[in-house]
Amino acid sequence: MNTGDVLPEQTYTVTRADLVRYAGASGDRNPIHWSDRVATSVGLPGVIAHGMFTLALAARALDTWAGATGRVRELGCKFTKPVVVPDDDTGVDVVVRGTVSNVTDEGVQVALEVTCRGEKVLGMPRAVLARG
Amino acid sequence: MTVDASLAGRTFPPTPPYPVSRERIEEFARATGSTYDGGAAPATFPIVVAFGAMTALMEDESVGIALHRVVHGEQRFTYTRPVVAGDVLTATLTVDTLRQIGGADILGTRSEITDQDGRPVCTAFATLVHRGEESA
Repeated sequence: MNTGDVLPEQTYTVTRADLVRYAGASGDRNPIHWSDRVATSVGLPGVIAHGMFTLALAARALDTWAGATGRVRELGCKFTKPVVVPDDDTGVDVVVRGTVSNVTDEGVQVALEVTCRGEKVLGMPRAVLARG
Repeated sequence: MTVDASLAGRTFPPTPPYPVSRERIEEFARATGSTYDGGAAPATFPIVVAFGAMTALMEDESVGIALHRVVHGEQRFTYTRPVVAGDVLTATLTVDTLRQIGGADILGTRSEITDQDGRPVCTAFATLVHRGEESA
């Protein structure tokens, strides 16, 4: 990877079933991620994905781009906009884009862009990959 | 309810040791659409342990946090090495910063995640936003 490289866009479909699976695997059972009643009671439009689920999708894209697991040295973001997941079989698409912003001795810095319905859902998502 | 102002700088007891099995990693990988090849766990897997430390902080009655008012504002990981099956992980959480902005408490937390030999594996930084009564 070289500075300026634009990495192939990754699109992941998220359904309610994915959120239930993630709640079990992560231990985050907050009902705003599975109950419309609770989600709307706290002012959300409906059930939203766990922020960490969305960040996990960004990590999945990084593994794909790196061509291997275990290469992520740093990963972080702000959770700025909720990913609202409809109660249907279609779900919603999360798109992960990445650009190599710098290559140093410490690693490959990747600036990410994570969007849903055309809007950025993570703030300043970025990662550092070990140099292959 | 407001958060105890003396919280900044406080370190909480380590979480109970969390044994990382192949099955646990596989379950997490499958839940995020990733594949587990028997090597490194997905990069965000340590949230499972960090989440335990954050939950203990939020459920500590001396801290004064109402769980349903907490929003996860920011998350960052720095890794010494990837998590692998066989690790027994413990997270030790410190509240690095505490700020009040517009009726909300902003907690900057750092969880040092170590293995069974006490060696560092990863550091998980989380910003938790605790909304006060009037801003909720």
